[in-house]
Amino acid sequence: MRADVVVIGAGIIGAACARALAREGRRVVVVDRGAPASATTARGEGNLLVSDKAPGPELDLALEAAAQWPLLAAELAAELGDAFPPIEYERKGGIVVALTEAGAGPLRAFARSQAAAGVEARDLTAAEALALEPDLNPALTAAVHYPQDAQVQPVIAAEALLASARRAGARVLTDAAVVGAFRDATGRVTGVRTDSTRIDADAVVVAAGPWSGAVAAALGADVPVRPRRGTVLVTARMRQRVFHKVYDGDYFGATQSADAALQTSSVVESTPGGTVLIGSSRQQIGFDDRLDVAVLAQVAQKALRLFPFLETVPVIRSYGGFRPYMPDHLPVVGEDHRHPGLWYATGHEGAGIGLAGVTGALLSAQLTGAEPALGSVIDPGPFQLSRPSLAPHLEVP
Amino acid sequence: MSSVLVIGAGPAGLAAAVAARDAGARVTLLDSGDGLGGQYWRHLPPQRPSRREARLHHGWSAFERLQGRVRGDDGIEVLTEAQVWAIETAAAARSAGGPAIAARVLIGPSDAAGRESRRLTADAVVLAPGAHDRTLPFPGWHLPGVFSAGAAQALAKGERIAVGRKAVVAGAGPFLLPVAQSLTSAGTDVIGVYEASRLPTLARGWLPHPQRLLRTAHKGLELAGYAAHHLARRVPYRLGRAVVEARGDGRVEEVVTARLDADWAPIPGTERTVAVDAVCVSHGFTPRLELPIAAGCAIGPDRFVLVDADQRTSVGGVYAAGEITGIGGVDAALVEGRIAGRRAAGGEAPRADLRLRRATTDLARRIETAHGIRSGWTSWLRGDTVVCRCEEVPYGRLRAAAAATEQTALRSLKLTTRAGLGICQARMCGRTVEELTGADPSRSATDTSDRRPLAAPIRLGDLAELATPPNGDSA
Ligand SMILES: Cc1cc2nc3c(=O)[nH]c(=O)nc-3n(C[C@H](O)[C@H](O)[C@H](O)COP(=O)(O)OP(=O)(O)OC[C@H]3O[C@@H](n4cnc5c(N)ncnc54)[C@H](O)[C@@H]3O)c2cc1C
Ligand SMILES: Cc1cc2nc3c(=O)[nH]c(=O)nc-3n(C[C@H](O)[C@H](O)[C@H](O)COP(=O)(O)OP(=O)(O)OC[C@H]3O[C@@H](n4cnc5c(N)ncnc54)[C@H](O)[C@@H]3O)c2cc1C
Repeated sequence: MRADVVVIGAGIIGAACARALAREGRRVVVVDRGAPASATTARGEGNLLVSDKAPGPELDLALEAAAQWPLLAAELAAELGDAFPPIEYERKGGIVVALTEAGAGPLRAFARSQAAAGVEARDLTAAEALALEPDLNPALTAAVHYPQDAQVQPVIAAEALLASARRAGARVLTDAAVVGAFRDATGRVTGVRTDSTRIDADAVVVAAGPWSGAVAAALGADVPVRPRRGTVLVTARMRQRVFHKVYDGDYFGATQSADAALQTSSVVESTPGGTVLIGSSRQQIGFDDRLDVAVLAQVAQKALRLFPFLETVPVIRSYGGFRPYMPDHLPVVGEDHRHPGLWYATGHEGAGIGLAGVTGALLSAQLTGAEPALGSVIDPGPFQLSRPSLAPHLEVP
Repeated sequence: MSSVLVIGAGPAGLAAAVAARDAGARVTLLDSGDGLGGQYWRHLPPQRPSRREARLHHGWSAFERLQGRVRGDDGIEVLTEAQVWAIETAAAARSAGGPAIAARVLIGPSDAAGRESRRLTADAVVLAPGAHDRTLPFPGWHLPGVFSAGAAQALAKGERIAVGRKAVVAGAGPFLLPVAQSLTSAGTDVIGVYEASRLPTLARGWLPHPQRLLRTAHKGLELAGYAAHHLARRVPYRLGRAVVEARGDGRVEEVVTARLDADWAPIPGTERTVAVDAVCVSHGFTPRLELPIAAGCAIGPDRFVLVDADQRTSVGGVYAAGEITGIGGVDAALVEGRIAGRRAAGGEAPRADLRLRRATTDLARRIETAHGIRSGWTSWLRGDTVVCRCEEVPYGRLRAAAAATEQTALRSLKLTTRAGLGICQARMCGRTVEELTGADPSRSATDTSDRRPLAAPIRLGDLAELATPPNGDSA
């Protein structure tokens, strides 16, 4: 089989890349060892957050994503029509809350730094916060409203991106694991071998989520993506009593920390299905997916601090997955400086849903040289594998 | 003295508890129900049962004997209203020597606040959580007056409530007959029992090697007895026919039955309408696999827990008995429970039991061959037939989403349609949704509706209290 570009992985990142490339006229083959949209993309939440990101390249990307999601959602709806389930995009806004005196100052300072970088962030008084979220713990010490925070249903969004990619000519091969690379005499990557076929291509894009490290190794390269486990709780359906994405100020510390030990913070939000999602934990324990009651309990405890009424609400399910974690907390979107022809779109950790669309645009712009369709003005520099902050983590710098 | 934890107090669990005790172990037996006896013997009034009771419940004396033993033995701790809501296998759960699993239990009425929380470990664990009955959807199955056979039988046996004045019983399997009999005893006029399988299929299951069937003579006779004596004279028992629709204004007033081909597809032109005010349907059983899966036990291609001749699962120190290893009826559950209990306590299983078990396994295979669900049933569905009742997902939406996303895998389709995401967590619709979407657990271990890390709902407040691990509590 022959393609211009092979995308390895049919999660939301692979789907977004395939769509962007196919719409630039590239012949794209997406290969997944399992079913599309069924791995990490189906095991997280759909927060599209700017509120949790500190000023820097990831925030720039997130702001761009926040601006593009409404356009992307409208494009997909128009293209796929009524027969396709809606992706449930909603700009519902986030409210970040501090519950301790010690947490109040840093939260407000953080918000001010974000505002300086272009984030809409508004300090709320306790009364204002309670007007927006009547069931919130009234003992809060600070609260900030982030109207740009939004949500989407990750699996439907990934399926929609993939369906759109197919309509633009992309092919999707499922149940086919990539096991190796083909290279020419110069060492340039010229295709991949799956367990059943050979696909020749001008470019190979690794978008294999937390397995990107293993896939890169199979292709004779390395990328320092590691799994970081997260667990989410789902309640029974109820009358809507949570209206925004509400989370405690600890969240910021957890996302930006490299600490392997268990960290939890609780993002509480209601879904269109009527359930409340409570997530999540962050733990580096490899791909160990066994249930650990102590982790669930901590997530529950933090949620109760925010919304005491949840105490009597039954949790009916817990699920989780492995975030594709990067040691310097930035995704890699670009070509491998050591292996021409080999590209990455991975390492989005807990933000891959939100950043999928801009990632596709950023990758496609670099790979095709075309102006990104949605007018991205993002500088690809900080997302290269060759950036200095990754050098200590590469086998061959 | 070794310790054995038995989860589930149906026939299998009761038998396991007694056998483990006889072999010298200290036993903890628990069940989420408020009484003992499981699916088969559960629905008993608290008072001493009448003679009639004994007639209504087969093997009543066996139950009395087992219950008497477990209730009257200081070496057996009995916990009722004790729900195992999670099995932990993480390193934290490891106890020296025993299996590396711990059962998280909440004790108290299921929707009450402040249930007592315990974490139980033991030298060996016997899993005996049984199965629930499976009902295939058909147009109108949501109407009041349509019952699962299990629910109808619970009402009839336990509460003496007749589900209706005039009823039909439909579906597949040998348990349609006892259900019909329970209904009749409760005063319902059963005007027909419809078995979906046709004679050649039944013969393929039941006829070969009759000498093997004789080894389960008791069960064979019990079932033959239903067929020959109770029903043959009073109730028409039709093969190769199914209820394909229930109709009525706000509740069931009539049902449409149709002849089925060998694949269970209705044959056009064979429809018949009968006026009834109740329908009881049962198409087999779905084993409750969430606990064994959480414990790490290997599941076989037939979707039952894999066990060896000693009822040992693939996980050291963990045994399985009863309907999670195959649907063989109460005698199978009892003998498997006895073997599992003995072995879990370090004893030997009596040879007679090992022989009997071979015969009950043969019986389970026959039931599957004769009455197993065939794929043609989906052709009696209509676009608006609700497939997942918790989330009210109609068949048409499931098909449309599968077509739009070109998906056959379960996980994505569940999340795009919400089928199976509701309060029952796909216990009722899981296998049906799998079948309708083409999901295939042999393709990927996640392509199944059987995995439920939380085996039961737990209040957020109860969960939060477990943030600091309780002291190890050994059974
Ligand atoms: C608990 C939790 C909560 C989260 N919450 C959020 C949130 O609120 N907002 C947000 O934006 N993000 C969130 N995330 C993160 C987000 O889910 C991920 O960043 C995103 O799904 C990554 O997508 P992906 O396409 O890179 O990976 P995946 O979805 O994992 O896709 C990778 C694909 O690669 C395939 N693959 C692997 N190996 C091979 C091979 N050898 N050959 C072929 N195919 C292969 C896999 O089968 C898989 O389908 C959360 C994650 C978790 C775990
Ligand atoms: C309608 C109907 C009619 C039947 N008629 C007959 C018949 O005539 N003859 C016959 O031989 N068989 C009949 N059967 C089958 C018979 O009921 C089963 O064979 C038998 O009950 C199986 O025993 P078991 O111990 O495996 O499971 P069960 O009897 O189902 O017992 C399992 C127990 O485990 C408990 N449990 C499950 N999960 C948990 C948990 N997480 N925590 C705590 N406790 C838990 C349950 O509450 C239950 O009490 C019938 C079944 C039905 C539904």
